[in-house]
Amino acid sequence: MTDNSQDWPLYEIFIRARSGLDHKHVGSLHATDARMAIEHARDLYTRRQEGVSIWAVRSSDIVASDPADADTLFEPARDKVYRHPTFYDIPDEVKTL
Amino acid sequence: MMPHCAYVLRIADTSLILAQRLGEWVGHAPAIEEDLGLANVSLDLLGQARMLLSYAGELEGRGRSEDDLAYLREESEFLNATLVEQPNGDFGQTVVRQFLVDAWQLELYEQLLESKDPRLAEIAAKAVKETRYHLRYSAGWLVRLGDGTDESHARVQDALTRLWPLTGELFSTDEVDREIAQAGIGPAAEALLPGWSARVAAVFAEARLAAPVMSPFSWHGKQGRHSEHLGFVLAEMQSLHRAHPGATW
Repeated sequence: MTDNSQDWPLYEIFIRARSGLDHKHVGSLHATDARMAIEHARDLYTRRQEGVSIWAVRSSDIVASDPADADTLFEPARDKVYRHPTFYDIPDEVKTL
Repeated sequence: MMPHCAYVLRIADTSLILAQRLGEWVGHAPAIEEDLGLANVSLDLLGQARMLLSYAGELEGRGRSEDDLAYLREESEFLNATLVEQPNGDFGQTVVRQFLVDAWQLELYEQLLESKDPRLAEIAAKAVKETRYHLRYSAGWLVRLGDGTDESHARVQDALTRLWPLTGELFSTDEVDREIAQAGIGPAAEALLPGWSARVAAVFAEARLAAPVMSPFSWHGKQGRHSEHLGFVLAEMQSLHRAHPGATW
């Protein structure tokens, strides 16, 4: 196997396991274009019936937070427990919350 | 051999030999993503071949299983189209071969949905969905390569010129096809040509490829007369079973 795929842009793949659920990130792959990204994702990530829908996003289009900013971004939330929804009773009928 | 059995074997062997050829790519494809893509197509084809070979064994009535038929027949007993036994060549040649066969199989399976033979109609119903994806995959690559760089265009056009003469066999109706068509079991080979030509021409236009002229000479793989390549395919495919008869996982 040669490393031609290194020249191909990277895509992040999101799969919806079944209707009603969110698309979840499952991994990434190389493809020359959007159509190929979907086909590769189908072959790589849904061959055992893992999903009913595929999203592919160019990795370079994802804007990410900087780990160095973690203190600034996430620290202030630590002492604000009142923001958690733990003060509510969840009805038994609700399965996916 | 009765025409019904021969007809099923032709479709089965065409899938089986193409599956074996695609399997040769595993570990050698241009990218790991394509490795899996080709292997998936190969496994779909193998699944189709298994169903069809089992059925052919039942029609034959001599108690031969799918394995007996796949691993213990001689070259002249294989009835696959000559096109599918051709070597993989480069990735472009594999794509061209795959595209020509996918378009033919899709036309065949769509028409077999109407077969008076319920077993064949059932198998076609499963295979037609797989084949639609195969065609989407191979057509996508054909357009990418044909409409790509000068080199990729030249390579697929070259492969097309080489493989095109072998497509004539897919549409030449012989005695078996005639009887099958009369019995309503399957379409006559020539009945697949208009649909196939339309599908192929549409993709060629997008891929900027020129279809060569159809050669009057026809191959006869489906009658058991093969090119020099099938013997090597069988030698590899059958070696394990012949060395260890009845071996299972």
